[in-house]
Amino acid sequence: MFDFLSDYDILGAFWTTVQLALLSAVGSLIWGTLLAAMRVGPVPLMRGFGTAYVNLVRNIPLTVIILFTSLGLYQALSINLGADRSDTANFRLAVLGLIVYTSAFVCEALRSGINTVPVGQAEAARAIGLSFSQVLRLVVLPQAFRSAVGPLTNVLIALTKNTTVAAAIGVAEAALLMKEMIENEAQLLLISAIFAFGFVCLTLPTGLILGWVGKKVAVKR
Amino acid sequence: MSSLLYDAQGPRAKRRNVLFTVIFLVALAAVLWWVYITLKDKGQLEWVLWEPFTTSEPWSTYIWPGLQNTLKAAALAMIIALPLGAVFGIARLSEHAWIRVPAALVVEFFRAIPVLILMIFGLALFAQYTNVSSDDRPLYAVVTGLVLYNASVLAEIVRAGILSLPKGQSEAAMAIGLRKNQEMRLILLPQAVTAMLPAIVSQMVVIVKDTALGGAVLTFPELLSSANTMSGYYGANTIASFTVVAVIFIALNFALTSFASWLERRLRRAKKSTGAVVGAGDAEIAGTAGTGAGGTT
Repeated sequence: MFDFLSDYDILGAFWTTVQLALLSAVGSLIWGTLLAAMRVGPVPLMRGFGTAYVNLVRNIPLTVIILFTSLGLYQALSINLGADRSDTANFRLAVLGLIVYTSAFVCEALRSGINTVPVGQAEAARAIGLSFSQVLRLVVLPQAFRSAVGPLTNVLIALTKNTTVAAAIGVAEAALLMKEMIENEAQLLLISAIFAFGFVCLTLPTGLILGWVGKKVAVKR
Repeated sequence: MSSLLYDAQGPRAKRRNVLFTVIFLVALAAVLWWVYITLKDKGQLEWVLWEPFTTSEPWSTYIWPGLQNTLKAAALAMIIALPLGAVFGIARLSEHAWIRVPAALVVEFFRAIPVLILMIFGLALFAQYTNVSSDDRPLYAVVTGLVLYNASVLAEIVRAGILSLPKGQSEAAMAIGLRKNQEMRLILLPQAVTAMLPAIVSQMVVIVKDTALGGAVLTFPELLSSANTMSGYYGANTIASFTVVAVIFIALNFALTSFASWLERRLRRAKKSTGAVVGAGDAEIAGTAGTGAGGTT
């Protein structure tokens, strides 16, 4: 009953899923932080850009973005992100799509974190003569990140689950392998249980560990 | 709070702002110019590719039927998931462990699994164990996947909604001698439903966005896959088709989001109610306290 499993590289597929999630997480954390900084900053044009970006990207389905990176960027505009093979190109495009999408949610999570920092903190920082970027870098963001661990964890978990969308452009991750296995083998329930278990293993510990970390680092007020 | 990160600006700060605005404008313009040049080089800006959208044909043949399917799947999923979510949300608040624990397990399990996995499972399930015709199967699979995932998210919203009510409500219900189920039915649920409305409407956005998965992976003929067929028919106008579809999705979801925040503001203003509101993002935060996976898909 379990013989057929050795014909498939299930661990390899999940490893691709993890790679997609980690690379996109790092990328969207950086881009999302920049967006959040723009949205709370004093330059009106940057504020407008940040708000427009978040409102537009949040309302487009991730599937549309991912499919566009492949059909639009790769096939129509021949942008391959420096990859010479089509599967590496698809992987990188998927990461790009995930970063574009997830950073909007990272920005919102960070903004909710910034809102928990008492006004007095920023006022005191300005009173001792810090500039806006110093206020943000040295006083507000360090506290905001600590209270944003909870919302950011939710974003990371959603991102882990969203990596399955990369199956739509043929990145060899878990959901694509599951589809292939279900089509080839008559073991629907067993195969589904394996993949469901795999995702539970990825998402539940993330939630538990980071939930604990979030409680540890939260600023006591 | 966010606007209080900087003071009213003096002459030096104003000059610096102008400088930053100019730098940002130049960067933005450079990116837009690059996009324009790339599009032009690949011939994607030819009027031939965009012209079909000024006629009624693509709208009536591809976009409108696709949009109808998107809305149909989303509406079906919401209508089935709401009562299911309510049942599981209330079950998680039960004082009997044999109801509470299994309900919690089911909810946490389905929240931890990607919707796409549930949809792929649904498609194979309907193919192997039922005689649903192969034309209908994608719709059934998409709705099944959406219901399983969103019912568990809605369960968390319902739970957060009931928990957001002041404790005095259930104490008063007990004091006048109501039974447990009367308390839930007559006192807590009616107030919780109003408090939850904004969160439920924002969940609708998630559902609408996730229907696109069915188009990309399960051959469900919704808006996104109609864009694919369309760009094939009109001579590979991929960029044009995707732009139109993205704009439709943005308009639809932006309307839903605005409606949700309007509801939320209105409910927060209302004096008659208990003032408890579960906002758009609250459920995920409340739901993950000490438990597992949340989702802002």
